[in-house]
Formats: sequence, C-alpha cells, structure tokens
Amino acid sequence: MNLSNIFSRKNRILLSELVITDFKLRYQGSVLGYLWSLLKPLLLFTILYLVFVKYLRFGADIAHFEIYLLLGVVLWNYFVESTNQGLHAIVNRSDMIRKINFPKYIIVLSTSISALINLLINLVVVILFAVLSGVEFRSSALLLPINIVELYIISLSFAFLLSALMVKFRDINYIWEVIMQALFYLTPIIYPISMVINTSELAAKILLLNPVAMVIQDARYNLISEQTVTTSNFITNPLIVAIPYILIVLLILIASSYFKNNSKHFAENI
Amino acid sequence: MNNQENAIIVKNLSKSFRLPHEKISGVKQGVIKLFSGERGFEEQKVLKNISFEIKKGEFFGIVGRNGSGKSTLLKILAGIYAPDSGDIAVLGSLTPFIELGVGFNPELSGRENVFLNGALLGFSRKEMTNMYNEIVEFAELEKFMDQKLKNYSSGMQVRLAFSIAIQAKSDILLIDEVLAVGDSAFQQKCFDYFQTLKKGGRTVVLVSHDRNSLERFCDRGVLIDNGEITSFGSIKQVLREYSEVVLGQISNSPQEEVKQGPSISKNYVEIKKTQVLNHDKVPQRKFNYGEKIFVEVSLKARKDIHNPIAGITVWEKHTQRALLATNTLIEENKSLSSLKKGDEITISLELPNNFNDGEFIIEPAIANESATVFYDQVPNANSFIISGSNNPHSLLSSENKLKIEIIR
Repeated sequence: MNLSNIFSRKNRILLSELVITDFKLRYQGSVLGYLWSLLKPLLLFTILYLVFVKYLRFGADIAHFEIYLLLGVVLWNYFVESTNQGLHAIVNRSDMIRKINFPKYIIVLSTSISALINLLINLVVVILFAVLSGVEFRSSALLLPINIVELYIISLSFAFLLSALMVKFRDINYIWEVIMQALFYLTPIIYPISMVINTSELAAKILLLNPVAMVIQDARYNLISEQTVTTSNFITNPLIVAIPYILIVLLILIASSYFKNNSKHFAENI
Repeated sequence: MNNQENAIIVKNLSKSFRLPHEKISGVKQGVIKLFSGERGFEEQKVLKNISFEIKKGEFFGIVGRNGSGKSTLLKILAGIYAPDSGDIAVLGSLTPFIELGVGFNPELSGRENVFLNGALLGFSRKEMTNMYNEIVEFAELEKFMDQKLKNYSSGMQVRLAFSIAIQAKSDILLIDEVLAVGDSAFQQKCFDYFQTLKKGGRTVVLVSHDRNSLERFCDRGVLIDNGEITSFGSIKQVLREYSEVVLGQISNSPQEEVKQGPSISKNYVEIKKTQVLNHDKVPQRKFNYGEKIFVEVSLKARKDIHNPIAGITVWEKHTQRALLATNTLIEENKSLSSLKKGDEITISLELPNNFNDGEFIIEPAIANESATVFYDQVPNANSFIISGSNNPHSLLSSENKLKIEIIR
C-alpha cells in the first residue's frame, strides 16, 4: 500500500467513482434525499437537548452542554457508521472482486471517504448551532481538523481490519456490534466525564486512554469549552498521555499488515 | 525466446484451493474445528506446474473440460487470484472480461452505470463523456439511459455492458465465455468485434467451449486437462486433442456400464444382446474414423413367429438425431425366415462407417412382417465412439467431394 500507488490515475478514477456511487445510493428512494444528512443531526440535537439538558439536567457545570453533547454524539456516530460500513465494504463488493483485479483497499477507502463527507455535513450543523447558542470560538477551533483527521485514521484502520476479518469470519459483524455498544458506554459521550471523576479518578483516567474518547474530548475542548476535561489536561504523566497515540499506531500497523496479507486471497475466500 | 514477441509468459505456475468440508464462516465453528483437531478442508490442486507463452497480437484459446482449471488459469492471468508458486509476466496493459458489466448496480441509472463500469476499466469521467454517445448508440438504448438498471431486460444489460467493454483500449484482452450469452444477433456483434481486434493486432486470450468460434478466431491454443497442459500449439491440433480427451472420458467408463434400455414387449421375441464388434469380430467400443463396424443382435423367440423383420437405428448421442435407420425389409426386401418358439438366432450387420467424431447409440428392434407391431425394441442397447475424423462440423462425412463452381 504505497502512496504513489493509491494516487495512480486509474485508482484515483475508481476511488472517486465509488465514492460518487456510494453517495448516490445512500438516500436512494427516500423523498427528502440528501436533506437527511442535515436533518438527522438536527433531530438528534432536539432529542438530546430535551432529554439530557431539560429533563435529566446533565452537565450543568459545563457551558453550552447541549453543543458539547451534540459534537460528541456526531463524532461517535461517525465512528460507528464508518467502521460498520468498512466492515461490510469488501463482502458487499464480492461480485466485483471475483471478476476484476483492482487494489482492494480502494473499496475500504471509498466507504471511509463517503462517511467522512457525511461527518463534514454534520459538523456544519454543529457549528451552526454553536453559533446560535453563543459559543465563543477561540483560536483552538482551528485545531478541530486535526481531531477529525485523528478520528478518520482510527476509523479507517478499524475498517481495514474488520473488512478483512469479515471475509473469513462472518461472526465479526455481531461481535463488533456488541463491542461498539460496550464502547459507547465506556466513552464519555452522553455523560460528562466529571460524573466518573466524582466516583473514581482512576476510572476516569482509564476511560480517557481510549483513543476515541481522547479525540472526542479534544474536539470538545478545541471547539466549545476550555473547561472540558481532556486526556492531556487530566493526566499529568506524559508517558501515560502517549498511550492512546501508541494504541493508534499499533492499530494502524496491525490493520494494514493484516489487510495487505489477506487482500490477495479475497477473491478466493469471499 | 525473445521477450519482445511475447505478451504473456507463464512459468511453472501452480495453484491449489482449500476446499472446506463445511465452510467455517463463524468463530464458534472455527473453535470447534480447532479443538477437535479435524482438518476442515482438503487441498485440491487446480493447476500443476504450467508454463507457456502467448505471443503479441495472437488470438490464443484456452480449452478444457469443465473443472479442468482453465477458468482458474484465466483468473490468475487477470490477477484476480494469486498463484501459489510460479511466475507470470504480462507485458502490456490487460483487461479481463470474466463477465460483462462488472460492478453494475441495479439501483443506478443506465447512464451512471456506464461511468461506474468505465471506471473499473480505467476510464476517467472525461474520457467516458467523450465515448458516451458512441456507447449508447451501439447499445441502441438511447431512450433508456435515465432509467434504473433494474428496469432493464437482461438483454439490454448485456448490450450496454458489451458496448462499454469494446471501448477497452488495452493491449491484451482476456475473454471468458462471453459468447455464451446473448442471442444470435449479439453473437454476431461479438464476432465482428473479434474480427476488428484481430485486424488491430490486439492480443486476445479466449476461454470457450465453442469449437467453431475457437477454430475461427484462434491461432494457437492450449489444452488443460486435470490442471496440466496436455496439448499446446496450433488451435487445430489442440481441438483435435480436446475431442480425444472428451471422448476418452466416455470410453474410459467400462462397457458394462452401458445398460440395456427398457424394451417394449418380450412376449413374442426378446432381444437378448447387442454387441459392437471390430473387423476381427472382437467387441470394441472406440473406433477410428472409417474402421469397419459390425453389430450383432441376438434374439430369442418366445413364441412361433411368422417372418419377423429386424431393424436398427443409429442415433448421435448429443443431438439425438437418427443418422441411420434401416431394416431387413428395406435392405433386402425380405423378412427373416420364420422362428420357432425357443429359437435363438444372431443377426450380424456391417454398418457403413461414415460417422464423424462422436458417440453413437444403437437401437435394435424386431417387428412383425408388415412392421406394424414391434415385438421388441431396445432404445439404448449399445454404443460406440468414433475419433480421428478431423471434421467437427457435421455428424456424417461425405465421401462424395463437393463440386464448387463460381458463376459470375
């Protein structure tokens, strides 16, 4: 998987065509079509606002908690969507893989890009709401793209690993569903991390070593509130702060080598 | 060997597949299999140490029975399967047509599918836009391009896919049984396309069962049997060997396996045995073209029969056409002499052997004097095989040469 190959003319054409196809098929047959990309986060926001801010009164200590919540949920949903689509990417294109030879990573890449585009649309809505509820953007907001890139790399690595595993073990589909459910509750998305800190500081520290949690908290810090607890401002030991990054690097290495070693046999095993 | 002349070089290529006894598609099964120590698969060698070269600009045929490994070979040439060992060098750009319309999505419009399929062949949007009108016109689908593909008939889909496929500008094309689909008008289009490829000096590798198209277009070819190359060279020679293989497969089955078919009625006369013999009157199954063939039919009379007649029909197995049908009345205008109850006689006849390659079935029958009542008839009494005639196009050869005169 060297870079010059990814961007060879033929592969570039195929990649863009697959992304376009993905997007065309996404809201196929629905009346509102692409509007759903905007409507979904909007409706989500309404629910979160009513349940957590008005009714449960979570995060009273955090300013603009509703935006804080929305950003977290949008990022998490992107993570779920892109890994799930990645998981099925290779298997769904089995007809193509069996009939023609092309670099298989293009398929995984194309699903990850179309999920990313969807995330960007959602982020537009998030920023719009942030402006409306009076969030004062600081210069750190410019760091948000870095968080997005981090999350993209994590999702893409999982997508590579899962898509290749799915060819051999269809059970991975259900296993991943359960893992995601568990991870959802282990990540401070709908509850503020301060709730965990109140019970156990150690538990909060462990939760923040999860790379996805780290990215979400960083993004909240950068875009919404300086009061956000992040991995780096909560854990003081720089060696421990490095753990999520080490995990990300390990994930990239494992995923890319597993995918690379197995991709040449996809056509036979699928 | 000068590499400049070759388009594809295959050296010591081997490939085997693991055939799982039961596909392990779940972790649970995998764990069970792991602990029970059961080997969940058997290894099947599909290609065994194959080497050959395909020259630039030639039409190359890959021939073989079903399951011989020819499609696997084509998929390895196309880069879809990875070989276990051996080297393949492809000199030039290559486009495989294992199937037409790869990546077609039923939910997209015909127009969108053209671009998607084109991308798989390596064409950019701009290039496809330039070719678009030509493609649509050739497919004769101008009115349907904005409809979803799922509303197309299968014939329309094939037409569209083919129109895109012929735009491929690669040096080497791999084509697998594409001819097998479509009506005769479509096949004619395929043939015309092949003709232009041939004129254009493109290299084409063709996998097909259709002897006529192989013979018509291919220069050379290779015969794969059981994963090994059993013949390599001119397509005529390869096809000849191929018919040997196909016929050999039939004749390898022992003669006892040819069961006597059901007979009609055995109350009067019973046909006990039908034998095919060579000129030494020794039973034989496989004959050379033109070799003497004798058929002996043994009868037993159950009752006194007045002047029965005996007949024989020879059928070609695949087409189920009768090539020869005659009886003692037609041939000699006489019946057999009357039979007494319990009489056993054997009728021997020499077949005029003008059969071309193939398998032929013998159906003897015995009837009353006026051929209005059949006493016994055995539809599949015996069979024989002819090989070596060099003429695959007709069932019977003609001894009389065709006189051709061109009148202007």
